[in-house]
Amino acid sequence: MSAPAIGTTKTAHSDVAPKKKRGPGALATAYLVIYNVVMTAGWLVIAVGLVRAYLVRGSYHGLYFSIEKPLKFFQTGALLEVIQYISSNVMIMLCSPAPGIVPSSVVLTGFQVLSRVFLTWAVTHSVREVQSEDSVLLFVSAWTITEIIRYSFYTFSLLNHLPYLIKWARYTFFLVLYPMGVTGELLTIYAALPYVQKTGLYSVTLPNKYNFSFDYYTFLILTMVSYIPLFPQLYFHMMRQRKKVLAHVEEYKTE
Amino acid sequence: FKHGICTVEILDAKTKDKLCFLDKVEPNATIGEIKSMFHKSHPQWYAARQSIRLDPKGKSLKDEDVLQHLPVGTTATFYFRDLGAQISWVTVFLTEYGGPLLLYLMFYFRVPFIYAPKYDFTTSKHWVVHLACMCHSFHYLKRLLETLFVHRFSHGTMPLRNIFKNCTYYWGFAAWMAYYINHPLYTPPIRYYINHPLYTPPPIYGEQQVRIALIIFLFCQVGNFSIHIALRNLRPPGSKTRKIPYPTKNPFTWIFLLVSCPNYTYELGSWFGFTLMTQCLPVAFFTAVGFIQMTVWAKGKHRSYLKEFRDYPPLRSPILPFVL
Repeated sequence: MSAPAIGTTKTAHSDVAPKKKRGPGALATAYLVIYNVVMTAGWLVIAVGLVRAYLVRGSYHGLYFSIEKPLKFFQTGALLEVIQYISSNVMIMLCSPAPGIVPSSVVLTGFQVLSRVFLTWAVTHSVREVQSEDSVLLFVSAWTITEIIRYSFYTFSLLNHLPYLIKWARYTFFLVLYPMGVTGELLTIYAALPYVQKTGLYSVTLPNKYNFSFDYYTFLILTMVSYIPLFPQLYFHMMRQRKKVLAHVEEYKTE
Repeated sequence: FKHGICTVEILDAKTKDKLCFLDKVEPNATIGEIKSMFHKSHPQWYAARQSIRLDPKGKSLKDEDVLQHLPVGTTATFYFRDLGAQISWVTVFLTEYGGPLLLYLMFYFRVPFIYAPKYDFTTSKHWVVHLACMCHSFHYLKRLLETLFVHRFSHGTMPLRNIFKNCTYYWGFAAWMAYYINHPLYTPPIRYYINHPLYTPPPIYGEQQVRIALIIFLFCQVGNFSIHIALRNLRPPGSKTRKIPYPTKNPFTWIFLLVSCPNYTYELGSWFGFTLMTQCLPVAFFTAVGFIQMTVWAKGKHRSYLKEFRDYPPLRSPILPFVL
């Protein structure tokens, strides 16, 4: 899903000042700054690629193909974040992006990254016919804007120079981008359904030696259904975060 | 040295509110008795859901602890935490084991709406399917009977939400496995004589595989039962004492020399046998998940044995001899 939900639960007051002495080590900070800068740059490349392709073609259709490779690369690269958050649990804050921005849970993080990677590879890449759908552009745009803001948020936080604008954007843009992304994702999965059913993609039928079966078509439908309980939870979680973070700003606004 | 009468006050561990004040408490009263008295003034908190501690963040006191042996003055201050709705272990076990027993049989007898209508109430033509049904049913019947007559539980209750979690696990997996094993298109273990792609093997089952699997299964069932009996005999009726288990005259218990929780070892063996017998991937998954869960439990139990007993035998591993 496209929720910019990772690593935000405990942000609140410590975002700007005062900084706690126990921060991540210098090496860990350097790694994380580089990681977040690279990711910001990557998604900017995707954004620029989309705009350029639109200007050249003069239409919204088929823009996916112009950014297919960097999209796959940078979205998959986000799997590194899951490893980062696991190690931060192990090394107690050593790898956290900044004091106060402690990832709320590996489960939430991992879940979002995995769902994005699933949509990139197991749906869009695997079912060629949906790649020219407009719904793909919908979620790619939502992800692009979200990620640019999110990674620059992390970058600036690590460098302890977070412009209020970025923080505000991070906790406000999701209000539109999240539903936009979810709509794009659901429409794309829905568009993929007939092709999956026709070709039996990723499906295993009986009889076979190991007495197992898997119907990818049904699996995709169940995935779509799972958005119903999950989307509102994540959305309202972000809204609660927004209240907490932006409410404290009056006290701590220094940038 | 205390004699005479004590008073007890119970505060909420989170809010520190005074919840209850008991005067005229005997010094030799147990925590269990205090819980009953607390329950009278707060009927919604029955004894099983009370956690009484000396310290708001400390460990729960045991029901057997006696008031005058605790580090309190003549006025004892305890902290209370609500453990939430509780359900007895026996109820949970009966429900979570009864489900798989019945569900599997429903698939075995091909009750309508599971498979295509033309198969309703038919039976499989493969004898290994009948064997698997007997083994699966035997296993869960054994568990139900052990719950009623063998096990001695150290806790009476567990949180209510556990029953939903546990039943989903057991019932879900049972249905998933049973669906494939009793499916009209089920493929039993087949022994291939020749690996040539154009060779069609005769419809002879991998009898050897099934036979070995059955032996493993039965061996482990007997072993598992022996361990349960041995553990039961460690603990006199009604008591909650803990002792180190040792091998007895029963050869199936000699595994105690190498393993702390051989009941889990045998359980793993049983399901491994069942996987081999049915050659069914969902069964393999169930075995794998169970193995992970039992390893976690075994490691925990092993650790608490080591903590509690200085003279704990060093050769023992938690669940797999020498390995895990």
